[in-house]
Amino acid sequence: MSLLQSNTVSETHAEHRLRALLESGLPLTARPWQTLAEGCGMRESEVMACVQRWQAEGLIKRMGLVVRHHALGVCANAMVVWDVPDDAVGELGRRLATEPAVTLCYRRPRRLPDWPYNLFCMIHGTRRDRVLAALDEIVERQALQAIPHRVLFSLKAYKQRGGRYTREDDSHDRRTPQPA
Amino acid sequence: MAALDLLDRRLIDTYQRGLPICERPYAAMAEQLGVSEAEVVARLQALQDEKVLSRVGPVFDHARAGASLLAAVAVPEAQRDEVAAVINRSAGVNHNYAREHRYNLWFVMTAADEAQLEERLDALEAELDQPLLRLPMLEGFHIDLSFPIPWAELEAP
Repeated sequence: MSLLQSNTVSETHAEHRLRALLESGLPLTARPWQTLAEGCGMRESEVMACVQRWQAEGLIKRMGLVVRHHALGVCANAMVVWDVPDDAVGELGRRLATEPAVTLCYRRPRRLPDWPYNLFCMIHGTRRDRVLAALDEIVERQALQAIPHRVLFSLKAYKQRGGRYTREDDSHDRRTPQPA
Repeated sequence: MAALDLLDRRLIDTYQRGLPICERPYAAMAEQLGVSEAEVVARLQALQDEKVLSRVGPVFDHARAGASLLAAVAVPEAQRDEVAAVINRSAGVNHNYAREHRYNLWFVMTAADEAQLEERLDALEAELDQPLLRLPMLEGFHIDLSFPIPWAELEAP
């Protein structure tokens, strides 16, 4: 959280505005950075420099086309949760993250007695049986037979969109939920 | 499912990451792909209109862009849609899925900072009159959302 604090403190009003605009995506104009610059009171060159700095700092993880996988037919989405001994969870998380089928991998707290799982990963695929086959291969390859896990397929997406973190965006953060 | 031609696929395969930061990024992408800038812009617009793309732009790191938290709630299946609608109306919710488990609604709550996040979660918990399973990220091992689209599998399912 210290990084967040320092980011927030050093961010100018114009930069904050830029971040809010960027959360909705890049305009499809010939000079999108210029369009954004006009919206936040910066120069085009300043906007580009700021975005490059955010990329270098890791605030922006990637810049490009954000695909809605469901619309393409990549419809099977499994959240696989694991109950890993605490002293092994970091190492296993790093190993799972190297698996090509794993798109996200996080450590989270257990909430006993209701929720014993402390490692989460996502596997996306075109069909449920293919996702399960990919999971079987991972269990085999990483020798995870002794680690309890559960597979939570998604049944329906009620909402799916990019994060909005800036305060001024709160008034227009409504969007129609997409059927799964 | 949207029908995408080779150019659409090349755009997606090439630019899920690494969109050029230059004055005319769509012209730079067009040059790379051997088409016109107008064609790239038209394709991106069409892909957005067809909801194949949610946007062109940055994916922020939640842990650094603000505060966020994965939460779940266990509700009777008959009330699931109704409760999901309440969650969707709650400010800051950006993902909300039904999943196969007793905890059957899973959503991500976001906020500008930790204090606002907690306020939002507390307010929603009170409105739902149900305890939320609160599962903050403690460590991210792989936090990039782009992965290669399996075009061949999609064509021959």
